[in-house]
Amino acid sequence: MAKIDKAIKDIHTADNTSERNNSVHPVSWLLVTIIYIIAVVSFQKYNIAGLAGMVLYILIQCMWHEISIKDMIKRIWPVFLLTVLVGIANPLFDRTVSAGVLSMATLILKGIFCVTASYILFTHMGIRQICYALRILHFPKELVTILLLMHRYLIVLLKELERMQLAYKLRAPGQRGLHFKTWGSFVGLLLLRSIDRAGEVYDSMQLRGFNGTFQVFPERYNTVRSVAYAAVWCIAILALRIFPVFEMMEAAIWRILNLGV
Amino acid sequence: MHMADALLSPAVAGTMYACSALTAGYSVHKIRLENDEKKIPVMGVMGAFVFAAQMINFSIPGTGSSGHLCGSMMLSAILGPEAGFLTMIGVLMVQCLLFADGGLLALGANIWNMAFYGCFIGGMVIWKYMMRNGMSRRKIMAASILGCIMMLQLGAFSVTLETLASGITELPFGIFLAAMQPIHLAIGLVEGLITAAVLIFLYEVRPELLWNYHETGEKKSRLSYKGVIAVLAISAVVIGGLLSLFVSSNPDGLEWSVKQVTGTTELESKGGIYVLADRIQSVTSLLPDYTWKEGNSAGGTTFSGIIGGIVVVVLCIAVCLIIRFFRCRFGDKGNNGKD
Repeated sequence: MAKIDKAIKDIHTADNTSERNNSVHPVSWLLVTIIYIIAVVSFQKYNIAGLAGMVLYILIQCMWHEISIKDMIKRIWPVFLLTVLVGIANPLFDRTVSAGVLSMATLILKGIFCVTASYILFTHMGIRQICYALRILHFPKELVTILLLMHRYLIVLLKELERMQLAYKLRAPGQRGLHFKTWGSFVGLLLLRSIDRAGEVYDSMQLRGFNGTFQVFPERYNTVRSVAYAAVWCIAILALRIFPVFEMMEAAIWRILNLGV
Repeated sequence: MHMADALLSPAVAGTMYACSALTAGYSVHKIRLENDEKKIPVMGVMGAFVFAAQMINFSIPGTGSSGHLCGSMMLSAILGPEAGFLTMIGVLMVQCLLFADGGLLALGANIWNMAFYGCFIGGMVIWKYMMRNGMSRRKIMAASILGCIMMLQLGAFSVTLETLASGITELPFGIFLAAMQPIHLAIGLVEGLITAAVLIFLYEVRPELLWNYHETGEKKSRLSYKGVIAVLAISAVVIGGLLSLFVSSNPDGLEWSVKQVTGTTELESKGGIYVLADRIQSVTSLLPDYTWKEGNSAGGTTFSGIIGGIVVVVLCIAVCLIIRFFRCRFGDKGNNGKD
């Protein structure tokens, strides 16, 4: 139940945040995020010093867009566990233990940075903007329509499921999960309700002139700002990828301190 | 089984994107050929259904744990493999884009691992093949379990290959594989049982919703029960009565082997127990070596073939009747005990 509530809340939150006046074009957002993720995963497995510099993108975005760190940590947690699970053998099987620890730490950092970048992207882009970006990138219209429809009926079906689960729990208190004897009828009923609903949806859509695809209308985006956003961030990410920022900062600090002495 | 971006190198992620994009392109092409406007809304709502169904915890009997649904096999069994694949892409995209479940760069790999095998191996190969002569509860159960196990085994194998090809983990291939496959065998079994339960429910309530039902599901068997019995009886008479005349006189495999070792196909047996068994057999065998006792003739072989078939049928029926008799008695006692 809590999981369903959380999912519904997440969808509402994503919709609400995306309704903010966002003047940057979604394709610019998508491009910057993909370049950032590619840059992150392209680091060598022992290059933790260089990888650490990529945190600057995350920090700046979080401060700029006032993203809740608490929510972000909740998102990162499962990926953190997954990367730890995959990388836990590295200290044992790598060349040396210290090399293994380094490669494991790099793997964990990569996982955290990638999820955070995706999270930042999608807290600022609703499904409508995503679909618009996908259409511009020549994704098949069928797929975009499926995405839009899925999003539209996700909350309806989740609420339906929540009601069914509540009814089930009231009749079977203290039971963990759905009893195997009711697997078929419970999920099957949800499925039948979904299909019936799909039929009603289709009928009403036809009455409104549906011709097989949804039209995703462009919104008003600031072209100059969008291009500037993409250009500045792409250059910054490439710079972070090439230059070890923290090592350079450390060297600069030492130089200043030495000059002072 | 959602992979994170960190588990893939850009080269492997790009390759998987290309593979998934090709399959998606093929599926879109097939859907466009169908030209069924109603299918797209159904796919959208079915995607939402799978997403909602993934939120349900299914308690696994005897373990105290619970399992979840992946859904690609179920979608294929309802929508068909191509439509199921596109719907699964939608589900995985929503999970990735809205819930950060599975990485953006790893989306291509996740589509391949979780949607391709379920839809094209589970749906297009296993489901289609097993349902080609009509549907039944047993077939649905077998296809669902087999399809889900195959899907998860191949998916887990792909995850292992992709991670190793990316050079992410230092785990040796064998150890990684040994860690991945058995757990996904258990998960596949649970997923198969859940899928089977739902599809059997659907088969009993609204069978027309299942994929291929109109084409093959309602096909009646070509012969009635009586027709099958008649064909079998005629076949037995023809084979036993006529074709038995043309049987080879050469020794069979065992006899040939014995002849190679000892130089003869008939071994001499000594000892009391062998003599006793021989005597019993000489009394009971009315048609020794498939001929009359008095001499070798074609009529004896034909008669042996036919009478042998009849005796086998009578014996089988007798055994079935005896089993039914005891089951009825046992069942009655059980009921009485309950009452």
